[in-house]
Amino acid sequence: MIDDLYQETILDHSKRPRNHRAMADATRKAEGYNPLCGDKLRLYLKLNGDVVEEASFEGSGCAISTASASLMTESLKGKTRDEALKLLDKFHDLLTTDTPAGRDLGKLVVFCGVREYPARVKCATLAWHTLKSALSGGDATVTTE
Amino acid sequence: MSTLGSVVSAGFDVERLREDFPVLKQQIHGKPLVYLDNAATAQKPLPVLEAIRRFYEVECANIHRGVHELSQRSTAAYEETRAAARRFLNARSKNELIFVRGTTEGINLVASTWGRKNIKAGDEIIISALEHHSNIVPWQMLVEEKEARLRVIPMNDRGELLLEEYEKSLNPRTRLVAFAHVSNALGTINPARQMIEMAHRAGALTLIDGAQAAPHMPIDVQALDADFYTFSGHKVFGPTGVGILYGKAKLLEAMPPYQGGGDMIRTVSFEKTTYNDVPYKFEAGTPNISSGIGLGAALDYVTHIGLDKIAAYEHELLSYATETLTEIPGLRLIGTAREKASVLSFVMEGIHPHDIGTVLDRQGIAVRTGHHCAQPIMDWFHIPATTRASLAFYNTAGEIDALVAGLYKVKEVFGE
Repeated sequence: MIDDLYQETILDHSKRPRNHRAMADATRKAEGYNPLCGDKLRLYLKLNGDVVEEASFEGSGCAISTASASLMTESLKGKTRDEALKLLDKFHDLLTTDTPAGRDLGKLVVFCGVREYPARVKCATLAWHTLKSALSGGDATVTTE
Repeated sequence: MSTLGSVVSAGFDVERLREDFPVLKQQIHGKPLVYLDNAATAQKPLPVLEAIRRFYEVECANIHRGVHELSQRSTAAYEETRAAARRFLNARSKNELIFVRGTTEGINLVASTWGRKNIKAGDEIIISALEHHSNIVPWQMLVEEKEARLRVIPMNDRGELLLEEYEKSLNPRTRLVAFAHVSNALGTINPARQMIEMAHRAGALTLIDGAQAAPHMPIDVQALDADFYTFSGHKVFGPTGVGILYGKAKLLEAMPPYQGGGDMIRTVSFEKTTYNDVPYKFEAGTPNISSGIGLGAALDYVTHIGLDKIAAYEHELLSYATETLTEIPGLRLIGTAREKASVLSFVMEGIHPHDIGTVLDRQGIAVRTGHHCAQPIMDWFHIPATTRASLAFYNTAGEIDALVAGLYKVKEVFGE
């Protein structure tokens, strides 16, 4: 069913993305690009030592990529760099493997339906690829290809 | 609908023709398949499938080599496609037809043989704003190597080329004008005859990308006076991996070979190799024989239906689809040229094409979403992507109605 993919939370975050703004005092920035659909995303992080104090993004994309970026920025707040990277791995597993979703994913479990739509996995991971680039300090544009 | 009825009564029986396409008789996600991605690749009718099967069952051998019976059969079947391609394009001689992998290779062949021999520093090549990446990048590579210049004919908001701008860009340095007969992203039919004549007046040659024209309208390279014309087999109901490049004989004869290898030579020694005659000079190595034979069956199949009838039916279907799609609130067609073929590219307010494509797919409807290998067109319209429904002669008004219903479902899922 199409509703398994476009769950209520995903539709809500795609129509009303949270943290959808530029951040003037960001300490890390990175850009992500999905050449398949032309989606572009700019991610801003404010790190205090090792901890993500704030996260925001700009850009527009499909419902899946927008909701993914929105929910990601929410879930990053207060996480250390290592915790954020661990979350990325778990999120990736959620989309690409049959392993049951762990409780630590929180709201991100709404993306479990994406697994059934392989062509859309890259939409859901664009923000997270960009996060990895931002955390590693690279300023280059990452692509999903 | 009444107009479609009149086309049917004029002898175009779409329901009967659909019987020739086994792939269309299936359910996708529990719904009848509505295949509207024909500009990406078209489906294959039974005669094409049978020709490929027959080749592997009773003809399989390499071509142009053995004296044994099977090699004679495969050579004859393969060369029959060259003859079919000659009839299809109305070329003078079958020696003007070169087998390639597809339109992309056809363009690259001209760029790397004719282009590398003839383009010098300061020369100019003109392409158009409507081109597929395959008719942009090979020329960019060539002009970079030769320190030549690439110019682009601009277009208007409808997706029509500005011929007065084209006229201004022609000059004594123009060597080649390369453009799509029909745009894959917008469906615009370019006035090829007129554009070729303008190029010739300026002393330039022309290459026409016919990938999106071949499935939809009769093509006559002599009437067009095209110097090069190329199309892909798989978009004209043939197999993937084979296409045709037409070139005027005197141009082909003066061009250096493309790739070196077997079949393209006459004699080889370590001191000196002499090349085969055209078109074999451009056909090194064992080609895609089965697909080549399948392409012949495809060309015969559409010729038998009649490309003029196909064009008339599709025109009616496109008008019906244009009318019904534009009634959907928030939907905007991208590409509204007065002369258009078989493509409905559109955007919907607040809904990304990928989401549209996924929701339609779950209703059995196959469309393309993305930039359609034409990123400069997307940039021009300031959009990242479109949803594209592209028609073939086997599509029906009922399928257009299914698309419209599908798009209302999209609005239901993503509406406020």
